[in-house]
Amino acid sequence: MIRFNEVTFTYDGADRPTLDRVDLVVGEGELCVVVGPTGSGKTTLLRAVNGLVPHFTGGRLSGEVLVDGRSTRDFPPRELADVVGMVGQNPAASFVTDVVEDELAYTMENLGLDPAVMRRRVEDALDLLGLHDLRYRPLATLSGGQQQRVAIGAVLTASPRVLVLDEPTSALDPAAAEEVLASLTRLVHDLGLTVLLAEHRLERVLPFADTVVLVPGSGSQLTVGTAADVMVDSPVAPPLVELGRLAGWTPLPLSVRDARRLVAPLRERLVGAEPPHAGPPASGPPVARLDRVIVRFGDLTALDTCDLEVRAGELVAVMGRNGSGKSTLLGQLAGVRAPTSGRVDVTGADPTGLAPRDLVARVGLVPQDAGLLLYGDSVAAECVGADHDTGLAPGATAAVLDRILPGLPSDRHPRDLSEGQRLALALAVVLAPAPPLLLLDEPTRGLDYPGKARLVTLLEELADAGHTVVMATHDVELVARVATRAVVLAEGEVVADGPARDVVCHSPVFAPQVAKVLAPDPWLTVDEVRAALEVGAVHG
Amino acid sequence: MSRPVLAGPGRRGLHPGAWWLWAACMAAAASRTTNPILLLLIGAVVLYVAAARRTDAPWSRSIVVFLRLGLVVILIRVVLVIVFGNRLPGHTLFTLPHVPLPSWAAGVSIGGTVTAEAVLAAVVQGLRLAVVLVCFGAANSLASPYRLLRCLPAVLYEAGVAITVALSFAPELVMAITDVRAARRLRGRPTRGFAGLRGTAVPVLERALDRSLQLASSMDARGYGRRVPVARGARRAAAGATACGLLLVVAGVYGVLVAGSLPGGGIPFVAVGAVLVGTGLAVGGRRTNRTRYRPDPWRLPEWLVSGSGIVALGSLVVAGVLGVPGLEYVLSPLRLPTLPVVAAIGILVGLVPAWAAPVERTSLVVRSGPTSRPSAAAESEDLVTGPVSDTLSGAAPADAVAPVGLPGGNGG
Repeated sequence: MIRFNEVTFTYDGADRPTLDRVDLVVGEGELCVVVGPTGSGKTTLLRAVNGLVPHFTGGRLSGEVLVDGRSTRDFPPRELADVVGMVGQNPAASFVTDVVEDELAYTMENLGLDPAVMRRRVEDALDLLGLHDLRYRPLATLSGGQQQRVAIGAVLTASPRVLVLDEPTSALDPAAAEEVLASLTRLVHDLGLTVLLAEHRLERVLPFADTVVLVPGSGSQLTVGTAADVMVDSPVAPPLVELGRLAGWTPLPLSVRDARRLVAPLRERLVGAEPPHAGPPASGPPVARLDRVIVRFGDLTALDTCDLEVRAGELVAVMGRNGSGKSTLLGQLAGVRAPTSGRVDVTGADPTGLAPRDLVARVGLVPQDAGLLLYGDSVAAECVGADHDTGLAPGATAAVLDRILPGLPSDRHPRDLSEGQRLALALAVVLAPAPPLLLLDEPTRGLDYPGKARLVTLLEELADAGHTVVMATHDVELVARVATRAVVLAEGEVVADGPARDVVCHSPVFAPQVAKVLAPDPWLTVDEVRAALEVGAVHG
Repeated sequence: MSRPVLAGPGRRGLHPGAWWLWAACMAAAASRTTNPILLLLIGAVVLYVAAARRTDAPWSRSIVVFLRLGLVVILIRVVLVIVFGNRLPGHTLFTLPHVPLPSWAAGVSIGGTVTAEAVLAAVVQGLRLAVVLVCFGAANSLASPYRLLRCLPAVLYEAGVAITVALSFAPELVMAITDVRAARRLRGRPTRGFAGLRGTAVPVLERALDRSLQLASSMDARGYGRRVPVARGARRAAAGATACGLLLVVAGVYGVLVAGSLPGGGIPFVAVGAVLVGTGLAVGGRRTNRTRYRPDPWRLPEWLVSGSGIVALGSLVVAGVLGVPGLEYVLSPLRLPTLPVVAAIGILVGLVPAWAAPVERTSLVVRSGPTSRPSAAAESEDLVTGPVSDTLSGAAPADAVAPVGLPGGNGG
């Protein structure tokens, strides 16, 4: 269905090709997952399928991409709209109309389909994706998961043979992500659609994948195979696969169910090993405090009578579904806006009243889009600017950056950095004045597993040095690895607050994979299991 | 206000053209009188219908914005008359100190006697403009401009989409500015003053450009701009016919609005122009083979709504032609305006849509079950868009962007 023949693609001005002599065949009806480190060219590969690369992006492509027998050389993206449905990373940015039903029909209108056919297909798409209740709703009022499903439906109605999705679940909470993935598997099973999708959080998609394409980056050859085969030595692997490698299971388990069927011997080896307990509650001095804080946007209550106190050295994870008020909570601590009522106190001051320069000395916030914090035209200029802003000695920010991510090319423009590199730079800028309170909003969005591991190490170092970290995240694996305390928000209220271990283990939505496999024993991460096995081996 | 459900199966609400035609007729009616009672009556009729039939969609709030704008217009006119003076003789209200101006500013005066007649004339003129604005706001509230664009002939459709996208740029820009300012504060940089402005402008434009590129690539991938080859000559003839026709229509509309300026009241101009435009569009439309999903049907309610507007306008035109007294408000001698009964009854016919138009479906969707999450627009997932979210969900600052009512669904 999709065939790449010796495809080499170089962006204008780049000295190395992003795709180098790529050969790839994706058969009809396959669900193919594209994995690879950050910046390895996954998005480029996906966008080459319908010709957006190179027709839209510029650059030089040699070789040939064939979709359903049509070459992107002869057919620009609009002429392939009836064969390839492309859903980008940010569905909201791709909406052309303003009501769900019209959005679903937009592609078909462009294709000039018969009105009767359009009507039928829209009804089908509404049923298939469970959008029936939303058909007359304005797009601007939908939640993230709903928007993602509308975006999928909007390309589906043209009845394409191929569906291409770029990180369809990266912005979604675990439940909404399940919802979207369930819709996708249904399409593959019922309609025989060929699906090509890129994803960082493999733990979600691997169980559904027929084949996995590993893009190692830096122009190396692709590895293609079944999920279990590729995962044997993939540099990016979900916790479940790592647990499988540790326990020596073959074939490697791809779903929690697979692993539960293999787990008995591992359980025996762990008998006697004591799963780590939640540490004692933090006893450091309080750093920040929300006192009966209410925040309203119009008639929507984003935070409802929220009380929270964080202490020095705590690593607090704030979880909850999309729109539950996580980001608003962080915004309150950073003084982004004044609360509707209640009091916010950060190291003894109200953050909304602080001058910008005093604010950065007390609290640092890295927003979801880390690029927002960066204005310089090179990494070096950014560091110099940060020193100047905060009155630090020249070179201080650069030194922090060097510790977080050594070897970042200092003449590179921040926009040309990968997601992970940008995050590192934003972190350096925020951390340089050493604020006692550090706030991170979805820090792992777009980060690969090695990047995540580096982030975890860094956060632990910071906590040891007495910094307090509060992060809003959907990433349960990150919470399992690093957080000491978890706060769950729902509809703006705190519904759970306690040691991270207890909170995540007892929730079917937030439990990490290892906990699900080894339940009822509260193991959270592969590292804990590995450590326990090593101790066992020494004693045994 | 009770909202009877008239929308039958398969209906999504009234044809947007019917709403816009009705509103245009009411606005034209307002432009043909200076009688404050008639003007207030028109305003009241339009507001009542809008209140009875608007939905809870984001663009429905635009009527409030236009109402406010109308009040501001009246206020400005009155203030201008008091300061710069329209020295109508009559009853003196009060006298401002006269500011002597140099001889080269002979036509202008500042201060002086302010008469009741002058103020009243300003109020009436402002009122007329305000009522026209309210009519426009009502049309925006009742039918999203995007739905009106969908009714455009194929050849204009692409231009229409370009306009839609351009308009959605404004709310995007407001969001981007708030984001960037919040981020600057987090970096410890000034958000005010010249330095703040300069530091904000570049990232804002970068983000706006990014978003436009994303939208463009999405539209391209979804088949926007597929073409069918058509002979060059036919294309040019079509373009020429459309342009000439539009000019004729513009001239004709001027004739209709300004009584007695063109032979036949301008109607023949409009007719010939419309035929030319129609032909041009039909020929030009052959280049795109777009079809339309669920085109809004034109049935009895549409006839009733547009007909009621035409009756309202017609009653004023007829009254004007017959020379019925009271259409123009005579200020001297100063007295209460009289009420031309024919015109008043005609305007009241404009209330028909409050019952004849079906209620649009968006207002009937019950937000329940798993779909009842707070809207993505209102949720503040992206931290720094937190303060922005009310821009889309339509709280106070949203009014500034609401009249656009176009896809800016870039909430989370």
